[in-house]
Amino acid sequence: MPITAANPVISELQDRIRRHEGGAARKGEVLSFGIAEIDAKLPGGGLARGALHEVAGGGADAVHGAAAALFVAGIVARTKGDILWCLTRPDLFAPALAQAGLHHDRVIYVEADREEDVLTNFEECLRFGGLGAVVAELVRLPMTASRRLQLAAEASGTIGIALRRWRRPTEAADFGQPTAATTRWRISVLPSEPLPVPGIGRARWLAELIRARAGEAAEFEIGACDATGRISLSPHARDGQDQTRGSRNFG
Amino acid sequence: MVVSRSGSKRSVAAIDAAAFKAGARIGMPAAKAQAMISGLHLVDADPAGDALAIERLALWMLRQYTPVVALDSPDGIVMDTEGADHLGGGELPMLTGLVNALRGHGLQARGAIADTWGSAHAIARATRRQVIIVPVGETAKAVVNLPISSLRLPSDTVSGLAVLGFRTVGELSATPRAPLTLRFGPEVGRRLDQMFGRLAEPIDPIRTADLIEVARSFSEPIGAAETIAKYIGELVVELCAALETRGQGVRRADLIIYRVDNTLQSLRAGTAKAVRDIPHLTKLLCSSIEKIDPGFGIEKLSLAATMIEPFEEKQSISSLVEETIVDVTPLLDSFGNRGQRMYRLAPVESDVPERNVGRVSPISAKLGQAWPTRWPRPSRMLARPERIEVIALTPDHPPASMTWRGKRRRIKRGDGPERVFGEWWVRSSEMEAVRDYYSVEDEDGNRFWVYRSGDGVDPATGTAKWFLHGIYG
Repeated sequence: MPITAANPVISELQDRIRRHEGGAARKGEVLSFGIAEIDAKLPGGGLARGALHEVAGGGADAVHGAAAALFVAGIVARTKGDILWCLTRPDLFAPALAQAGLHHDRVIYVEADREEDVLTNFEECLRFGGLGAVVAELVRLPMTASRRLQLAAEASGTIGIALRRWRRPTEAADFGQPTAATTRWRISVLPSEPLPVPGIGRARWLAELIRARAGEAAEFEIGACDATGRISLSPHARDGQDQTRGSRNFG
Repeated sequence: MVVSRSGSKRSVAAIDAAAFKAGARIGMPAAKAQAMISGLHLVDADPAGDALAIERLALWMLRQYTPVVALDSPDGIVMDTEGADHLGGGELPMLTGLVNALRGHGLQARGAIADTWGSAHAIARATRRQVIIVPVGETAKAVVNLPISSLRLPSDTVSGLAVLGFRTVGELSATPRAPLTLRFGPEVGRRLDQMFGRLAEPIDPIRTADLIEVARSFSEPIGAAETIAKYIGELVVELCAALETRGQGVRRADLIIYRVDNTLQSLRAGTAKAVRDIPHLTKLLCSSIEKIDPGFGIEKLSLAATMIEPFEEKQSISSLVEETIVDVTPLLDSFGNRGQRMYRLAPVESDVPERNVGRVSPISAKLGQAWPTRWPRPSRMLARPERIEVIALTPDHPPASMTWRGKRRRIKRGDGPERVFGEWWVRSSEMEAVRDYYSVEDEDGNRFWVYRSGDGVDPATGTAKWFLHGIYG
């Protein structure tokens, strides 16, 4: 509508509404997965930069966070610049992250003794600006804290990923609590791609997009990150089970 | 044995452990020691040289540990570690590290942390343990049984007290003060009060001529956080101007706060690279302003650049196309000053998985080398491998089922073995050790990295027990 666009007040209001919706990220402000099916479900065609995203493991991975960490590594590997990774438990194995495309020279780990320090560090990193991405391994993410993080990310344009990781599987119910994160993912492991010979094929994950601001929930069966951090939509259905699951939308 | 000379009298000033065992004691006439022990090696004491060496040591500690360091003549160094211990990982690791560092240089040292200078002095000298930390508020209990010689009194006062039958600090402090003062002067009471913290004893920090220090005294004591921040800002400007004339940048800046009640506090800000950036330094120093307790007011602020390095001016690249590379060191500095650990992980030449990742400084050069293996690696490693019960065909089949943390899993697929040999040049017990690593996947798709200690045939290579080492994503 050219008439309203000409009116600066109205266009500014429209901009503001769009900002509130979070959906109208302009081109270059999203980090796309490069897979049309997944990007189509995300407002703006990818993960918004300058926003907080939440990733957790499903099942046993809620405690280990192994698949979730690789999924996150694949995402941040496709950004440019240094990655700050805030954590309390230093059990990441850097060769595995390198195999997911995240070169070890790019990652700076900030290890804290207390969970609250991780939140503080996370926020400070997000406010700093100019980093490729900031990842924090968190047990608790209260609403207030997540809103602060989201605002910090918006101010600096840095993508922030909260990797939720609990001490006990029962605590994972905490993932149902609302937070201010723009998207929320749950990554669970699936049996690997079958090979014609004995052995383990490419790992496969069930990536559930549980929440997306101004978007719909969805789930995808994906192949784990390759050497450049790219995931792929799984070509194989699960061993003759449930053929209808692939990228079905329940939102 | 070291012999000191005073006039024509030669007495023993210091001895080593062997001489102590042979019966020599500090303070005995040198001739007596020579008569007692044959083949005694005598060295003339060099008090001036000792003082110089201790001063050098104190300056090193000033750069390394805490802003307030002073000589505790003739044989000690006193530091105010309050507010600086978290940078060393806490009081105990810091003190142990310090004593070990000194021992690494061939120096025998004993350290003590206590509430007051007097008590730390006494405890370090009167006990045999190398590292002692007295919890806050327990000083009185800790010093009661120490000998009066540890009170920093002149030697004739000590011998006079000994003649009267006083042996320990506790006995002395329980005695009425007036007769003691009448007999020995006010020194005894003063030292006792200093030891128990009833009398403040500020540590006058050691300074060298080339140390850049700027200070500001206030005619009216200040106390509000905003006022302190304002003056810190002014001091930083002065300090940076002073540094600029020398072409230096600061690696470590110490702010010393003199309160009106004659006590000192200090703040330390460290940076990863030399900086001369006024806003950045001000921010670092002001970030811990809430730790300052102004008490009745602050009468002087002093800012010193304890560690400086040559600083090169760089022109910032102003290009339209090139992507600016963001310097993260300001961020790292603020983490470092809050005691967080920062590191990057880098490959180390080793086949043993837990050894082939090393921590390097986040500002170290990016070498770009990579781990050579093409085998998939688990994204999470257990801190130490956990025992699992498995059913497996030996010698080289992956397990058919495994029980980990009380849960039994049937293994659907497996890859391996990847054989890792022990590194005999690291530990001689690994001469023949072997681990066979397998990656296995259970029915639900959980993937694990497990290994068997030994090659499954030769018991010399390992116990044939199975362990879980990592979890794949």
